[in-house]
Amino acid sequence: MAGIPHDHYEPKTGGERWLHRRLPVVGLMYDTIMIPTPKNLNWMWIWGIVLTFTLVLQIATGIVLVMHYIPSTETAFASVEHIMRDVNGGFMIRYLHMNGASLFFVAVYLHIFRNLYYGSYKEPREVTWIIGILMYLLMMGTAFMGYVLPWGQMSFWGATVITGLFGAIPFIGESLQTWLLGGPAVGEYTLTRFFSLHYLLPMILAGLTMVHIWAFHTTGNNNPTGVEVRRGSKEEAEKDTLPFWPYFVIKDLFALAVILAVFFAVVGFMPNYLGHPDNYIEANPLVTPAHIVPEWYFLPFYAILRAFTGEVWVVQIASFVTGGIVDAKFFGVVAMFGAIIVMALAPWLDTSSVRSGRYRPMFRIWYWLFILDFFVLMWCGAMPAEEPYATISLIASAYWFGYFLVVLPLLGIFEKPLAQPATIEEDFASHYAPAEGSTTSAATPAE
Amino acid sequence: MLKTLTLSAAVALGLTGAAVAAGGEAHVTDYDFSFEGPFGTYDQFQLQRGLQVYTEVCSACHGLKYVPYRTLGDEGGPGLPEEQVRAYAAQFEVFDQSLLEGEGDYRPAKPTDHFNENNGAGAPDLSMMAKARAGFHGPVGSGLNQLFKGMGGPEYIATLLASYEDPPSCAPEDFDGYYNSAFAAGGYPDECKDEDGHHKYPGSWIAMSQPLYGDDVTYEDGTPATIEQTSQDVAAFLMWTAEPKLAARKQAGFTGVVMLSVLAALLYLTNKRIWAPHKRKYKDHADA
Repeated sequence: MAGIPHDHYEPKTGGERWLHRRLPVVGLMYDTIMIPTPKNLNWMWIWGIVLTFTLVLQIATGIVLVMHYIPSTETAFASVEHIMRDVNGGFMIRYLHMNGASLFFVAVYLHIFRNLYYGSYKEPREVTWIIGILMYLLMMGTAFMGYVLPWGQMSFWGATVITGLFGAIPFIGESLQTWLLGGPAVGEYTLTRFFSLHYLLPMILAGLTMVHIWAFHTTGNNNPTGVEVRRGSKEEAEKDTLPFWPYFVIKDLFALAVILAVFFAVVGFMPNYLGHPDNYIEANPLVTPAHIVPEWYFLPFYAILRAFTGEVWVVQIASFVTGGIVDAKFFGVVAMFGAIIVMALAPWLDTSSVRSGRYRPMFRIWYWLFILDFFVLMWCGAMPAEEPYATISLIASAYWFGYFLVVLPLLGIFEKPLAQPATIEEDFASHYAPAEGSTTSAATPAE
Repeated sequence: MLKTLTLSAAVALGLTGAAVAAGGEAHVTDYDFSFEGPFGTYDQFQLQRGLQVYTEVCSACHGLKYVPYRTLGDEGGPGLPEEQVRAYAAQFEVFDQSLLEGEGDYRPAKPTDHFNENNGAGAPDLSMMAKARAGFHGPVGSGLNQLFKGMGGPEYIATLLASYEDPPSCAPEDFDGYYNSAFAAGGYPDECKDEDGHHKYPGSWIAMSQPLYGDDVTYEDGTPATIEQTSQDVAAFLMWTAEPKLAARKQAGFTGVVMLSVLAALLYLTNKRIWAPHKRKYKDHADA
């Protein structure tokens, strides 16, 4: 494998040599697990493991749920209740799956924010970043379709609203919506195709996870300094890194155990906190809930969707220029997807040569404003579409785009970054004394 | 950075479940139910009293179609002895398609049957009602107080049943429904709104007439059947019908938390141990 130089697998026994000549699978596993990892990684580098675990958890619980769930508008809601009441341990499996979706998104947002802070998306990790964004989009699709399956009121009306977004696309919208729904409205064939895709997409996600890992194992991990691991020789690389096993495996597993303890407390003691009460009412096409609210992890983007009403001047201009083809509804849809697209383009929008936010004083202020902005949008998304939330949503949406399209490009020009350490070893040695027996110490103060 | 993000995540979790009641925000009393908190369990006798209220009052219009009679004997639930479960079920008739050579006929219910479906006068099924309503939404619609008070479904039901009041004098005599100061989602006469359209009185008009007046049932255990008592008993019973596996769930959660905490402690020590040679303090180094 390309990348940081390190020891490779040497088959020792005859049997190992036999297999290695035919299929170097043990070597692949060895190289993956022993990958040299920057030794200064902090606790924000644990979310990858949490995400991988959560994907496995969701697939495992999902496989059991599928054995008892019956995807039909007549039976879906009742079969979920059957799981909750009659299936052995079914209540736990279902609540784990339901709250597992929230764990997934908590972890993915922290993973993404870590990335944005330390500039992990920058050259040469753009491909890892783009694959990550694709995985995030797949997760959103999977979660959305999964939420429809229990066939509660929010399932039904959420599906109606979200698929309605596609109906806003000019010219092809209506046909596209019908095609997605398998009919003129959310019904039997919407449920069955969502069920099918809800089972398929996680498998693609599992495949992309491997590609994601492959990509960053090629470039090597980023780290809190943003300074690259030296790769001139194995000895040099070893000063900056430690093997993934056991140093980071144990560290990550410790973090995972703590996070899962909290997760089990949520599942055991307040499993419905993150859900919506209306989803315990069976779907009824004749009764619209007072407020149709998506799950919490969609709220920031839901707020962006709703922020661009017909009263906003950019929307009016867009409508005028296109002769009314781009109306407020379509503009909102474009803004919602655009919010993720501008994030995906971050590697090319960020002009700064410095990766880590640690050495970018001006960036840090804008970054934390961006994080605040995310939570403001989340709150607005949960609120009814009325004042003052509409105005707050609009300002917060504008900042979201401004951060990627204006702030990141300009900061690289105007910001004066702080001095970065020359090597990871130097950064590490500024906190910890060199290992026993170590002959070199970059951080020994000059005398 | 980690601390800040963890905090942010906690806030994110709080910003959910935010269903803001339209119009006049109605007050919901935060009753202390026995099943609250990480270790709370159902009060068997309260569930039995609630079952009695449901049977003698609510069941006239409302069904419990997802609840099998046999679960009345469940431990942690009402815990009725088997013969009582049998006798209870036998009071009701169910339609059985297999009788009369496939033509179907009515027969007395068995423990394996479910409570009857009933939506007399459009009354909703009550099986999951306690989970289908949230009593607490604040502050500012964030849903954060559900963290401390719970979702508030049973509190909402108990408050609603005890909140029928004389309608305000501004309301027309023939206005549809019954005034209830805890019901937020019902009709509201224009005469009772101010110039800005805000409601002058809490609650709204509900389609269900007042079901409980006090002394509607006679409890065998001698508990006075006041309106507050019967409301809370039936609310507790409906929480059980909505979440019959509550005790097992909390137990599983607690076991999970304990085991994972022990595992975390062991991994913490392991982690410290393996990193020790690489993360030496400068002081130790100087001593060495």
